[in-house]
Amino acid sequence: MSDKADDFAPSRRRFLAGAAATGVGAAAVGAGQAAQAATPDPLITEVQDWASGLGDGVDATPYGLPIQFEQDVVRRNVEWLTADTISSINFTPIHALDGTITPQGCAFERHHSGAIELRKEDYRLMINGLVDTPLVFSYADLERFPRENRVYFCECAANSGMEWAGAQLNGAQFTHGMIHNMEYSGVSLRTLLEEAGLAAAGDFKDKWVYVEGADASSNGRSIPLEKALDDVLVAFKANGEALRKEHGYPVRLVVPGWEGNMWVKWLRRIEVMDGPVESREETSKYTDTMEDGSARKWTWEMDAKSVVTSPSPQAPITHGKGPLVITGLAWSGRGAITGVDVSIDGGKTWTQARLGAPGTDKALTRFYLDINWDGSEMLLQSRARDSSGYVQPTKAELREVRGLNSIYHNNAIQTWWVKADGEAENVEVS
Amino acid sequence: MSKFPKVIAGAAVSLALGLPAFAGEYGLGRPALPEEIAAWDIDVSPDGTGLPAGSGDVFTGEEVFAEKCAVCHGDFAEGVDNWPKLAGGQGTLDHEDPLKTVGSYWPYLSTTWDYVNRSMPFGAAQTLEADEVYAIVAYILYSNDLVDDDFVLSNETFTDVELPNAEGFFVDDRLESEAHFWKAEPCMSDCKDTVEITMRARVLDVTPEETATTDVAVEQAAAAPVAAEPIVEEPAEEPVVAEVALDPELVAKGAKVFKKCKACHKVGEGAKNSTGPILNGIFGATAGVVEGFRYSKPMLAAGEDGLVWNDETLAAFLAKPRKFMKGTKMSFAGLRKERDIEAVVAYLRSFDN
Repeated sequence: MSDKADDFAPSRRRFLAGAAATGVGAAAVGAGQAAQAATPDPLITEVQDWASGLGDGVDATPYGLPIQFEQDVVRRNVEWLTADTISSINFTPIHALDGTITPQGCAFERHHSGAIELRKEDYRLMINGLVDTPLVFSYADLERFPRENRVYFCECAANSGMEWAGAQLNGAQFTHGMIHNMEYSGVSLRTLLEEAGLAAAGDFKDKWVYVEGADASSNGRSIPLEKALDDVLVAFKANGEALRKEHGYPVRLVVPGWEGNMWVKWLRRIEVMDGPVESREETSKYTDTMEDGSARKWTWEMDAKSVVTSPSPQAPITHGKGPLVITGLAWSGRGAITGVDVSIDGGKTWTQARLGAPGTDKALTRFYLDINWDGSEMLLQSRARDSSGYVQPTKAELREVRGLNSIYHNNAIQTWWVKADGEAENVEVS
Repeated sequence: MSKFPKVIAGAAVSLALGLPAFAGEYGLGRPALPEEIAAWDIDVSPDGTGLPAGSGDVFTGEEVFAEKCAVCHGDFAEGVDNWPKLAGGQGTLDHEDPLKTVGSYWPYLSTTWDYVNRSMPFGAAQTLEADEVYAIVAYILYSNDLVDDDFVLSNETFTDVELPNAEGFFVDDRLESEAHFWKAEPCMSDCKDTVEITMRARVLDVTPEETATTDVAVEQAAAAPVAAEPIVEEPAEEPVVAEVALDPELVAKGAKVFKKCKACHKVGEGAKNSTGPILNGIFGATAGVVEGFRYSKPMLAAGEDGLVWNDETLAAFLAKPRKFMKGTKMSFAGLRKERDIEAVVAYLRSFDN
């Protein structure tokens, strides 16, 4: 590729065009052989502009954005999914990321009435209902409570929902991109509830909190008080900086391991109640329809799940046969990832992958399998195991219990058909 | 909504006395005033707790619905385009692709009241009066054949209404019904004899194009050599059989699909050019020749090069207008279902001159 920035086309097509060329060279070299350069590489032998002239000074970008060569690593939307983009969802480019922390700028968004702009000065959080003293907190009040830092994944219950009935979308971003993983700083909800006093709630066992947002949808969900007092956070920072407006600036709820819809953004009110509200988002939506037409409700925990992020349809193999890094993400709403198995033959045989770091509670875990690819077709799969003993099921196993209409909570094993040319496709296998 | 206003009253009294109002560990925040709680605590529970006094009848509801809801949900709550359908679908929950509406799926009427009251109309939430919400909910019940046209919904009659699917839900039972997913030792080798590919995403082709974010990038992507795309063998498509006569059912379906086009295109007797050209006789016509319409340059050039609108060309254009013709003025994203395209083409053919 040209070294001139203005020649750069960050499109997959262009990328493949380049890839095809290098692929030929790599194939000619063959596995196990070091590549031989026929002629000296001008990138080395000739003085390049960047090695001679000057780059940008400090303050060229007071808040830095990714370099232009990475401008295709962005959230994407599937237009036909929703009626408009205001009440809609887009997808994290997981195929192009590594490690486990999702940068806020490309972490998926889901709004019900659009992303609002709410100033810290205008922010109020009310706690009312079965509490000793209903309270109102300002943003400045929240900053004075003892703080915690925790890394958690947030997955929309509809992640992979389009794949229930069959292989639909060709790319890990679209099939599994309704997820992000951030380090949150905030106050435990327990601290705030105790500040209001819970003597009025009596027995905690059958009590709930109803949490709602300040946007026009005022999305509200009911959460058992037990969970609210366990690990729920009222967060105002993510990955070290203020939440982005699309993720609920200035304050959102973090409900570890539970479906993303409960992570109410622009959190404005928490009511301790003696029953669930049965709001729209916990009855007509986010309930799982079974084959017989009945529906499961309160399916809050996100079961263990994993996906190979590369190679994948948007991240084909471009270097020919030889050393290949197979990598992906695994997570569980019921605890920590304890292991990930990878199959390259569609699930006949499995090899335990290497975890980038030991799995932690309700957070993304990166896995790697380093192989010497012989250039033949692969049916790539990954299978997550968690600390509760749960093993990620196949689609067939899930459908056997739930049928084809569930939409939500599809945590089935994903298959990528990697072809000899390195291209990959979303498929289903027997 | 809180059932314990006593607590609130107590807080207000202590505030009036100027005493420390509460004894939290940190002493942060301030007591919420009754007016503040009343303003925000508007949730309604299944037993009707939280409902304000008020009422509304079906006829009023029809009027309010037509004015404030029908633009998205349709005059009969049948839903426009991708916007939610609120009526119908009863008996479809165990079918392929069930239709989930207030009548067929929602378990509690309180949910409908609460949602309309807090979140609707889209873009003007929390502007409805309580009586309007009662009327709208009454109309939604009526459009689902759940009440008669003389029905009046009020905080008094609210709990008389039980939705058909009230008993249709059960609490998460994964720990029991999916207990077999907690496997001590997952299979590692010889897990199955054969593996066959049973479905492919590329055949379905519903994945968005990966266009880049800048104009420069888009242009360069378009300029990239197409031949560099890996060639994939696609399974043979179903042959398209030319229809001798138009299928009236298909034409009727096409009339529905054409709603998506109607904002810009007129067709039939008395039709005139508007944002888009009139489409009478478009099938079989050369591209870019409707009199009095200012086409894009590429469309005019295509017509001069002999582009004729037939099954094939119309289908390609309607599927991805801007891909088929770069620079077209038609800003429509395209019809994603082949069946919809067939239907709309049949509908347009029914207006052949």
